[in-house]
Amino acid sequence: MAETTSGTATVTLPADNQILITREFNAPRRLVWRAYTTPDLIKRWWSGDRGTVSSAEVDLRVGGAWRYVMVANGGFEVAFHGEYREIVDQERLVNTEIFEGLPNPDEHAGLVTTTFAEKDGRTMMEMLCEYRDQADRDAVVASGMESGMQEGLDALERIAVTLD
Amino acid sequence: MARAATTTDAFNAVAEPRRRQILDLLAQGERPVNDLVATLGLAQPLVSKHLRVLREVDLVRVRDEGRQRMYRLNAEPLKPLHDWLSQYERAWSKRFDLMDDVLADLSEAEENNGGDD
Repeated sequence: MAETTSGTATVTLPADNQILITREFNAPRRLVWRAYTTPDLIKRWWSGDRGTVSSAEVDLRVGGAWRYVMVANGGFEVAFHGEYREIVDQERLVNTEIFEGLPNPDEHAGLVTTTFAEKDGRTMMEMLCEYRDQADRDAVVASGMESGMQEGLDALERIAVTLD
Repeated sequence: MARAATTTDAFNAVAEPRRRQILDLLAQGERPVNDLVATLGLAQPLVSKHLRVLREVDLVRVRDEGRQRMYRLNAEPLKPLHDWLSQYERAWSKRFDLMDDVLADLSEAEENNGGDD
């Protein structure tokens, strides 16, 4: 067992304000759900290779808040928060997502719908991220640029590197 | 904005699900228009309209073969889109790779506990 043959993440743009991220995991969905929603576990993966997660708060109920903070490799903090809108245990999670580094962050709130489907002990996870318009969506995609290539830390660059 | 203005049209062209479907079909090889109509189950004028949009941004090329118009994919204009997305995709892949590690630990812990839930 314990073989972590992992699918690759695929990213598509189903509509001009959307991003769809899909990934298959070699684990049943109760475990994927747990890894996705448990603070101590979120801390282990959420920052990817861009830094370390210094705080992960999860109040997993409809109307409850979440907030993740990462100390990026550049030394600055990156924080996101949001609210849970819909929770179907181990199956579907709908939450808002707000990047705190933007001016008027609430105006740029995204809505993320994550679904977990299990087959033969493996889990297909889909994250549909919706933004108010194409400009916001594109800014999020542009955030995937290599952080190591960014030098100065003025506001614009900070957004480009870290918006996720 | 993070992407080159010259690619915007191709980006927009592939934002439409039917047009992506057409590109998927053409990715399998050159096809006459009536073949596309039959496979997609759409009215010919609608298919022609999508093909026109795709031709305008050079994602699709056409040639006449006898009385048939043959359409084929030209993926070149999608390269900037692909490059742009792949950076973002990479960032998520890193996260998911770490999630794999977490999941492996959880699976192992479950097995050790002998529990089935």
